[in-house]
Amino acid sequence: MEEKICEIDSEEYFAPGHRACAGCGAAIAVRHALKAAGKEVIVVNATGCLEVFSTPYPETAWRVPWIHGAFENAAAIASGIDRALKHMGKRDKINVLVFGGDGGTFDIGFQALSGATERGDNFCYVCYDNNAYMNTGIQRSGATPKFAATTTSPAGKKVHGKTEYKKPMPLIMAAHGAYVATANIAFPMDFISKVKKGLEFRGPAYIQVYASCPRGWRIDSSMTVEIAKMAFEARVTPLYEIEKGIVAISRKPQKHVPVSEYLKAQGRFKHLNEAEIKELQENIDKEWDRLLKLEETKIMI
Amino acid sequence: MKNIVQASEAVAIAVKLCSPGVIPIYPITPQTVIVERIADFVNDGELNAELIHTESEHSSISAALGAQAAGVRTFTATASQGLALMHEVLFIVSGMRMPVVMAVANRALSAPINIWNDHQDSVSERDSGWIQLYVESAQEALDTVIQGFRIGENKDVLLPAMVCLDGFTLSHVYEPVEIPSKKEVERFLPRFRPAYTLDPKKPVTMGAIGFPDTYMEFRSEVQKAMLRSSAIIKKTNSDFRKSFKRGYGNGLIEGYRISDADYAIMAMGTVCGTARVVVDELRKNGIKAGLIKVKAFRPFPSAEILAAAKGLKGIAVIDRNISLGYEGALCSELRSLFYSRKGPVIKGYIAGLGGRDITPAHLKKAIKNIGKKGTEWLF
Ligand SMILES: Cc1ncc(C[n+]2csc(CCOP(=O)(O)OP(=O)(O)O)c2C)c(N)n1
Ligand code: SF4
Ligand SMILES: [Mg+2]
Repeated sequence: MEEKICEIDSEEYFAPGHRACAGCGAAIAVRHALKAAGKEVIVVNATGCLEVFSTPYPETAWRVPWIHGAFENAAAIASGIDRALKHMGKRDKINVLVFGGDGGTFDIGFQALSGATERGDNFCYVCYDNNAYMNTGIQRSGATPKFAATTTSPAGKKVHGKTEYKKPMPLIMAAHGAYVATANIAFPMDFISKVKKGLEFRGPAYIQVYASCPRGWRIDSSMTVEIAKMAFEARVTPLYEIEKGIVAISRKPQKHVPVSEYLKAQGRFKHLNEAEIKELQENIDKEWDRLLKLEETKIMI
Repeated sequence: MKNIVQASEAVAIAVKLCSPGVIPIYPITPQTVIVERIADFVNDGELNAELIHTESEHSSISAALGAQAAGVRTFTATASQGLALMHEVLFIVSGMRMPVVMAVANRALSAPINIWNDHQDSVSERDSGWIQLYVESAQEALDTVIQGFRIGENKDVLLPAMVCLDGFTLSHVYEPVEIPSKKEVERFLPRFRPAYTLDPKKPVTMGAIGFPDTYMEFRSEVQKAMLRSSAIIKKTNSDFRKSFKRGYGNGLIEGYRISDADYAIMAMGTVCGTARVVVDELRKNGIKAGLIKVKAFRPFPSAEILAAAKGLKGIAVIDRNISLGYEGALCSELRSLFYSRKGPVIKGYIAGLGGRDITPAHLKKAIKNIGKKGTEWLF
């Protein structure tokens, strides 16, 4: 598929010179999301890598208004901003864009996000999913994939990394009635158009963007985009939208890449045995079939 | 004209008069009536504000932070477990200098779970960077909410304020209350004009990470503002007196028959009402008693208390809280104030926890036992 890069806003709202690791997927995601939002935006950020590496006082990478409160309350802060804008009669002029890591979204911030979504508050929540609590040094989250080694789910002799599958956040958010999309830093045009759609949606929007983390995934920093692309091709992270509860797959991988290739490329999976890789492949196939069926049958989530 | 209203409703009326634009709400006994009345006002079109029906107090105070940062005056209310759940965000609101006003209908903390009054909830948030004002009557609750906005929003302060009213003992009590007009309140409380807001025309970063080379400066700025707020609280009280013909001591503390007293009761909240009666009775019996009502627990009114305590032989401190493993919090503050100073004997009492009545007999005993050592529990 052809990508028209020229349609991306050439203005940079996320300044270079921040302190992210080389090859940080989250930084790429934010740069593109801000281009989608443009100037008239207020950003809310949950505690995590992004907040820490972008705002070491008195420096800031943010050229748009930005606020950080705590780890688990980004959605609640966004609610307050949304309603304040509404009260001042500025709601239609200014977008509210939230960034939270997977820990701040799937786990500790889930209640606040669920509450704000249930209330129908108007914001676009972007969860940059790097599969673990990275800021505190690579700990397991509800978004960590099964068998991945983290510092709290280590690849031990007895237990081989994380023992559970990832929480199905997009489906959970779709059940709330939100506009939902999954995205991937390797597909910036797709991501940007989804953020635009999420911001235009009158109500809560949830976008989960796959954002590689060289530190946590034990990959070379040059592999950031490559790994994200492989995740898509191996169907680890399908790209889809859920509007009014109806699933639409955004694009399907052209070639079938076995998950083993994706796993082999990363240090966090290097301890996996054949049986475990087989289990993961079977689960991926099952989930992909489920997604195809959801799209085909147009069953409302 | 005076109206008979419940103190909770008096708070709600004060909120209506101050016109906050955003009010996050969440139920918890005994605070709930406050937000119920506010919801009535909003849904009847008497108050033009956004109610946010949050899913927890943690989110209420977080939403208040967001709304206030966006440039809108914000109010919320809570009690007990709700305030404890807010704990983390209280420090963030004060650290980011957001003048949110919050009513706290004081209630005991679990366990055992107990819905009745004491001051453990707000006293446990003593160090959170919030101004804390304890009130004694429905009228004082109404007046203090109005003052709270003016104090917090003062550019030399920019701090959040808690208006603490005793759960049930005050929150559910009906009293005659003078309700000022909207015009009068607008004259006293100017429109909220924040120096910095989240505005795309003037982008600012709020809530950045402070490394060891800057964190202490931020904290010391909050401390300086807190210390400056003492004078602002006093001035606000005297301006309020000029406008509305009523006030509460000097705004920080209030003395009752204290100038010639030998012994004083020191306390916060509604027990001060009981103490006034006891003071009168003791005086009839030839004991020169008085009362020091501490309205501001933070900022702590050191100079004012020292002045009020001149000539006293003893102070009986009634704490509706306990710092477990030591003593009551107000008693500790007073002892440290008088450390290495010549002053009265200080005797601490723990009383009225979890809704236990504090009777005139308790307070008389408190004065009688002033000379005895150690903290005493008034059961
Ligand atoms: C209440 C609370 N608990 C724990 C922390 C510590 N903490 C800060 S960031 C973080 C991890 C963030 O993980 P995630 O949301 O996935 O973002 P990432 O760092 O991966 O970008 C943790 C555990 C905190 N700041 N607040
Ligand atoms: S640890 Fe990972 S998410 Fe955090 S800054 Fe480094 S690359 Fe980015
Ligand atoms: Mg993460």
